Amino acid sequence: MAQPLEKVDRRDAKLALAHLFVAFTALALGGFAGLLQTLVRSGKFELPAGVSYYTILTTHGVLLGLVLTTFFIIGFQFAAVSRTTGALSDGSRRTGWIGFWLMTIGTAMSAFFILTGKASVLYTFYAPLQAHAGFYIGLALVVVGSWVSGFGMFAHYARWRKAHRGQVSPLLAFMSVTNMVLWLVCTLGVAATVVFQLIPWSLGLTDRVNVLLSRTLFWYFGHPLVYFWLLPAYMVWYAVIPKVIGGKMFSDSLARLAFILFLLFSIPVGFHHQLLEPGISPFWKYVQVVLTFMVIIPSLMTAFAMFATFESYGRSQGATGLFGWFKKLPWGDARFFAPFVGMLFFIPAGTGGIINASHQLNQVVHNTIWVTGHFHLTVATTVVLTFFGASYWLIPHLTGRVMTKAMNRLAIIQTIVWAVGMTFMSGSMHFAGLLGAPRRSAFSTYGNSPQALEWIPYQIAQAVGGTILFIGIILILVIVINLAFFAPKGETEFPVAEAAAPYERAALALENWKLWIGLVVALILIAYTVPIIDIIQNAPPGSKGYKLW
Amino acid sequence: MHIHKYEKIWLVFGIGCLIVFLTVVGVSAFAAGQQPPSCLTTIDPEKVDSTPPFDHPGLVKKGDKEYELNIVVAAFSFTPNAIEIPKGAKVTINVTSKDVIHGFEIPGTNVNMMVEPGYVNSLTTTFDKPGEYTILCNEYCGAGHHMMTARIKVVE
Repeated sequence: MAQPLEKVDRRDAKLALAHLFVAFTALALGGFAGLLQTLVRSGKFELPAGVSYYTILTTHGVLLGLVLTTFFIIGFQFAAVSRTTGALSDGSRRTGWIGFWLMTIGTAMSAFFILTGKASVLYTFYAPLQAHAGFYIGLALVVVGSWVSGFGMFAHYARWRKAHRGQVSPLLAFMSVTNMVLWLVCTLGVAATVVFQLIPWSLGLTDRVNVLLSRTLFWYFGHPLVYFWLLPAYMVWYAVIPKVIGGKMFSDSLARLAFILFLLFSIPVGFHHQLLEPGISPFWKYVQVVLTFMVIIPSLMTAFAMFATFESYGRSQGATGLFGWFKKLPWGDARFFAPFVGMLFFIPAGTGGIINASHQLNQVVHNTIWVTGHFHLTVATTVVLTFFGASYWLIPHLTGRVMTKAMNRLAIIQTIVWAVGMTFMSGSMHFAGLLGAPRRSAFSTYGNSPQALEWIPYQIAQAVGGTILFIGIILILVIVINLAFFAPKGETEFPVAEAAAPYERAALALENWKLWIGLVVALILIAYTVPIIDIIQNAPPGSKGYKLW
Repeated sequence: MHIHKYEKIWLVFGIGCLIVFLTVVGVSAFAAGQQPPSCLTTIDPEKVDSTPPFDHPGLVKKGDKEYELNIVVAAFSFTPNAIEIPKGAKVTINVTSKDVIHGFEIPGTNVNMMVEPGYVNSLTTTFDKPGEYTILCNEYCGAGHHMMTARIKVVE
């Protein structure tokens, strides 16, 4: 049955597009900073005009880890909510714009202090290194702005539910709300350390800072943050890709269950980033390692659902044999190909994550460049390639244009360039990390130590990969600018898949927010109460601020 | 909720693997004592130079083939920075920072710790292979971070 093309309201489209433009601008600048880093690390290149490696590193981390992701996700989710539950009310849309401007002003503020060299404290803050107060205030504005946008989405969702009592909400709206709840709960930690510890301390209102407490609050946010990045990619995989290939979603209620499990198990796990730190007892570290491993379950569910969707589509097209369905997939369609390559990279990426989070194995790889390699597979390949794949229909849908065959071909090339570049860069990071090369460090041979000399060939390979990736960034920017301003006018679909089976009762039970948020809070209290009381009660004298860059 | 038969098999296998992993990790942590370095000792970071054992940093013999190595870390150096250790010695390394957060890593071994102001961190290891080892800082600590290094010589 032919259905009318469901469009995102034009005013909502503007809001979503504004977010996407900031995101891709961040990609351009942050990607360039990344290129410079790999060149410096090769030992063959020095930054001109006394620019510090660590300024570039902070720029890269903040722009790509925080700005690109948060803006893309919020823009994408506004579009998804508007597409599936109807145009936003004027109030919700205004809330979205307020959030957008708060985040943009905050980003500009932080960027100013980073680029003027007043905040080379990297993306993870590193108290007692003390940045200019403006850096922390800017970041606080980014977080607060994202909350405001989240409230806009919650209000819209609540209104839909009120008008459709007893009905299951559209999957994309449910998933957007789950992701914003996760974000809201986890950013409380980083907001607490920034507002109550770092801002008063950098302004000189307080003299000293409790370093371990600030790190613990940071990592309480720092790990769920990666799920905040990943879940929108999963939204595309579950709810969009089946439609793109022409099939159906494997199971609506299992997709919802996977998201609820991510919400429950992604937050009380921050200690697995702090396994080698003093001041936290090994028992509590182990508790959080166990909780960390629980997120593997919804990841396994997602892997099954995706391949089940692919196989059932292929078989419906007459594929035979064990892997015949593989050939039936639309390999020439960049909307499918880019996210699919992202999924493949998630297999080694997830395996590396299990290694990092292990109680003792962490000792081998902690703070080595292996970890950098790991998250360049997860975030910078799986998530980013999925975001690119989503842009290929989202941007033309929002701008009222169509992607041409030539652009589709360029997008396929872009995906291949990205995969090759990342294989070089991330692969050599993994190997060098196993040999002990540290992360977050400029080029050094440590006085020609034999170990450091072993790393150099890998560091040159990283620069080769980084250069290929930068070509990939130029290609994606060409595509995005084309889709936004130059592609032919026309109608592009915002694909949303149907479930293979009709909605089940279970799906409705999964919208019992009081229950799930209550459980999240309970898990967080179990995982954090005792250690945090201990960190505060047995605190050493606090630290003054240092500016060592 | 309807769960497909193959998915049930997949999940039972996956969750079964998880249980095995976590049991291995748990047994080696709590029965075999292979815990990550998690020392709970605190210290005033501004009085490190006058607090034992860091007032006299260096290698201390504690028994037959047993040593304690006390190292003070500050931007951008390790004190002491040239250490000789007899082969096969069991060494407990204690480190603390006088200023910001640092890392303490010996590439090619499993020695890897975070060094935070206000805390002592500690780890016991045995150097079985003679040769020269590098100590480096693997946690960002400022402009000279990548220049921080020290040497350990393991001698017969």
